[in-house]
Amino acid sequence: MSSFPWLTVAILLPIVGAAVVALLPKREPGAALPKQVALGFSLVTFVVVAIVGLSFDVGGPRYQFTETHEWIRAFGAFYAVGVDGIGLVLLLLTAVLSPVVILASWHDGDGGRWSVNAFFAWMLALEGLAIGVFAALDVFLFYVLFEATLIPIYFLIGGFGGPRRSYAAVKFLLFSLLGGLLMLASVVGLYVQSAKTPSGPTYLLTELSKIDISTDVGRWLFLGFFIAFAIKAPMVPVHTWLPDAADEASPGTSVLLVSILDKIGTFGMIRFCLQLFPEASKWATPVVLVLAVISVLYGAIAAIGQKSIPRLIAYTSVSHFGFIVLGIFVLNSYGQAGSMLYMFNHGLSTAALFLVTGFLISRRGSRFIPDFGGVEKVAPVLAGIFLVAGLSSLSLPGLSPFISEFLVLLGTFTHNFWYALFAVLGIVLAALYILLMYQRTMTGPTRPEVAGVKDLGLREVSALAPLLVLIVLLGFYPKPLTSIINPAVADTLQQVGVQDPKPAVPASASGEENAQ
Amino acid sequence: MTSAVTLAAEFSKPDVEYSLISPLLIVFGVACLGVLVEAFVARERRYLAQVVLGLVGVIGALVATIMVAANLAPQGDTAGRGEIAVEGAIAVDGPTVFLWGTILVLSLISVLLFAERHLEGGITAFAGQAAALPGTTAEREASTRGLEHTEVFPLMMFSIGGMLLFPAANDLITMFVALEILSLPLYLLCGLARRRRLLSQEAALKYFMLGAFSSGFFLYGIALTYGYAGSMNFGDIAEAITGRIGGQVLLLAGIGLIAVGLLFKVGAAPFHAWTPDVYQGAPTAVTAFMAACTKVAAFGALLRLFYVGFGAARWDWTPMIWVVAILTMLVGCLLAITQTDIKRMLAYSSIAHAGFILTGFVGLHQVDSFAGTQLSSVQAVLFYLVTYGFMTIGAFAVVTVVRDGSGETTHLARWAGLGKTSPLLAGVFAFFLLGMAGIPLTSGFTGKWAVFTSAVSGGAWPLVVVAVLLSVVAAFFYVRVIVLMFFSEPVGDGPTVTMPSVMTTVTITVGFAATVVLGVFPGPVLDLAANAGQFIR
Repeated sequence: MSSFPWLTVAILLPIVGAAVVALLPKREPGAALPKQVALGFSLVTFVVVAIVGLSFDVGGPRYQFTETHEWIRAFGAFYAVGVDGIGLVLLLLTAVLSPVVILASWHDGDGGRWSVNAFFAWMLALEGLAIGVFAALDVFLFYVLFEATLIPIYFLIGGFGGPRRSYAAVKFLLFSLLGGLLMLASVVGLYVQSAKTPSGPTYLLTELSKIDISTDVGRWLFLGFFIAFAIKAPMVPVHTWLPDAADEASPGTSVLLVSILDKIGTFGMIRFCLQLFPEASKWATPVVLVLAVISVLYGAIAAIGQKSIPRLIAYTSVSHFGFIVLGIFVLNSYGQAGSMLYMFNHGLSTAALFLVTGFLISRRGSRFIPDFGGVEKVAPVLAGIFLVAGLSSLSLPGLSPFISEFLVLLGTFTHNFWYALFAVLGIVLAALYILLMYQRTMTGPTRPEVAGVKDLGLREVSALAPLLVLIVLLGFYPKPLTSIINPAVADTLQQVGVQDPKPAVPASASGEENAQ
Repeated sequence: MTSAVTLAAEFSKPDVEYSLISPLLIVFGVACLGVLVEAFVARERRYLAQVVLGLVGVIGALVATIMVAANLAPQGDTAGRGEIAVEGAIAVDGPTVFLWGTILVLSLISVLLFAERHLEGGITAFAGQAAALPGTTAEREASTRGLEHTEVFPLMMFSIGGMLLFPAANDLITMFVALEILSLPLYLLCGLARRRRLLSQEAALKYFMLGAFSSGFFLYGIALTYGYAGSMNFGDIAEAITGRIGGQVLLLAGIGLIAVGLLFKVGAAPFHAWTPDVYQGAPTAVTAFMAACTKVAAFGALLRLFYVGFGAARWDWTPMIWVVAILTMLVGCLLAITQTDIKRMLAYSSIAHAGFILTGFVGLHQVDSFAGTQLSSVQAVLFYLVTYGFMTIGAFAVVTVVRDGSGETTHLARWAGLGKTSPLLAGVFAFFLLGMAGIPLTSGFTGKWAVFTSAVSGGAWPLVVVAVLLSVVAAFFYVRVIVLMFFSEPVGDGPTVTMPSVMTTVTITVGFAATVVLGVFPGPVLDLAANAGQFIR
């Protein structure tokens, strides 16, 4: 807890790295230097974020590492950053995944529309902006960075991907802009509300959560924020951009998109919807929960029907995001803690799944499930990692996503039996889509087209290894994360003004123990 | 009236505060000097003389504006600063000097664009001999002799003078005179393109006809308003509206007709029909100048007239402006999608921007006394005008350098793959487009934020919701151009980017820098606009 601006450094490092990589001389395609520089910057960023994580004081004040500087006085906007448990977890996720993605995408930028420099520069820029989003404690700053992340990802999808990439990129951008601009209307509305207070307009989160917003206004403003986050997350019925984007983007881009950027949606729901508009959040709960359950089931059923592997994974994410939103809006500590944990775990397991299938797809030259068969015989390591990643995605006990999914369902049962009953079906469907995909691609007789598929190389394994280690480790021992998360959960629920229902069983502390 | 008759016998010298209106005098003086240069300086030296004269004039006027701004005194106990000059004809107050500064800076970079000679191979982009019919021997002779019309510079100076006077006018007659001074040179300039001359002349004629038509409306509105208020002066009109009972029809018809004239100038629907044709046909340098500076001046005049003169009747005219604002955004955003010409697309985009500015204008939000840091409508609109001006000139300046054998290639399909051949220029243009779409970290976003906020503060939130939804539509056509430049393969012989001289480069750079700086650190300019305070009477 020194006064050194760690978070600003963590934001600026990747952005500076992006500028450096972009300005490196253009070499022949496949040149290693830009990649090495990009990897270096992302590793240094990881170290900085790790320092933040290690020196985060669990029992300390809610927001730590705070920096506040006046930015635009007339708008009441501040450059204010800081992390609480939720922000820190996502910061760590971003910092872990970025080097992994860069290492795994070593050759993905080679065949792109632009130079390999551009590919890695956009990736680093995205990392810096994402860290900024998760650290922002000012609504205006958050909004600016939230929208700014669209540009790098837009060029990553549009520049380095499949044949219909520019359609996918534009669709993604327009969906996101629609949400973003609706949110802008709410952000403007917040300004007007805060300007009515004697202290004048401000966008500081800590100040905004104190002001009294009338019920009607609060609900309208909530809607603006919520729709933006629901598009981002993505929830049914505004999810359709994700399968297209994931289908066309390179695997690394998909990881950045689904594992990191989409978390901004659910993060924003906790940070802004719940904290700024507690009344409206409670008001909206029934509708949101129904939509969340529909997302869980629809995403899972749609995933079963997909032929394209990235599309399938995208739909599984729709289902998983349904769980996360469910956990957030049941408004009790199990659900909240589960959702926050889920965000981290889903990031890991989906990243592993996207990357390992990406390796598979680039080897075979096709992304359609019927084109594969019997790969486990020619590429056992690949098949093994694929299986582990898949099992983590279906929340096998012993792997980290299990704990979060269990907590979310526990919270849902506490809230309302019927939502939980339908949501549980999502688990069964998850087993179906993952195991069917594994069975169709990996088992059975080896098809002649995949006979020449090479197994994973050292670079690919070492890119995936950290993810698998974390998945297994956190599956058995999630305490490092839960101890960070629990105070944040308590603070959020206190802000919303709800208390956990008294358990019917006498052992009142048992729930808390389970959470750890 | 009776006192005026008796006074007419003994003519008294009008009291003119020369120092206060010095920017106007400098610009008009330079314009007259420019005419003399045309008469007395040898043809081969005229270009240099005119460019130097133009730059010196605009910079001189800018310096004078800063001096005037520094010496503005608070007026009585109102929120405004400044004073009414020249027997009540001109109001030199905070908003006036802010607009003067904006118009002059934008004009400065427009002069550079006018003076560009590198792109056409050592000659300006204006017709060699405007009087020669297109396709005749006279025209061919003019082009072989390398003639060029350096009259464009004095014409531009007159137009700038009109633009300075327009938002400062404090009575209806002065406003009308200013309107004509700014418009007439523009009609001429529009017809002076060196290439595609028929298109250019058609544009000039259209602009002239419709402009004259709208002036007619404006004049009729003045007459009716005078009939109602018994005075041309904005302050007196405001008093008449608060004091008088009856005669509403006269007043409402007057407001409506005057609004037609002004809304025509800002290019608001349903008076926008001239915009795409004129923007497309005019020489691109003129389009840039016209799109940016005219809009700034006309919105300044609109603000002053409606806030000061018709302020007391706001409940009568706000519904009208609501309808116009929604219609303008709809027309601008929806029709832009169907355009295939880059200049036409930018024209529709400028219509859409006029709609966004009207949204802020209609917010009518005055600063509350207890929260002094809050944004007011005037401040928001002034700020938006600055951001819009720089983006627009920058974008049109980029259009001038994308060329093929027959001049500028404005057809959108020909821009395909530009990102591959000239990534830097395409990147800059993409940035301008993102700015116009209102993506954060560009000035377009901060400007939009400002006008939306002032509208919501004034209770016009339905208008903001419409504006927000249409912004998504607008984003679509801006992004489409980016897709075309970066994600499409060049078709056949793609256009080449001709390296312009340092002048166009400076224009593009200034536009780009302003778009970045106003997007990231808008504070100083916002404070300036806040400092401008309110209009005075």
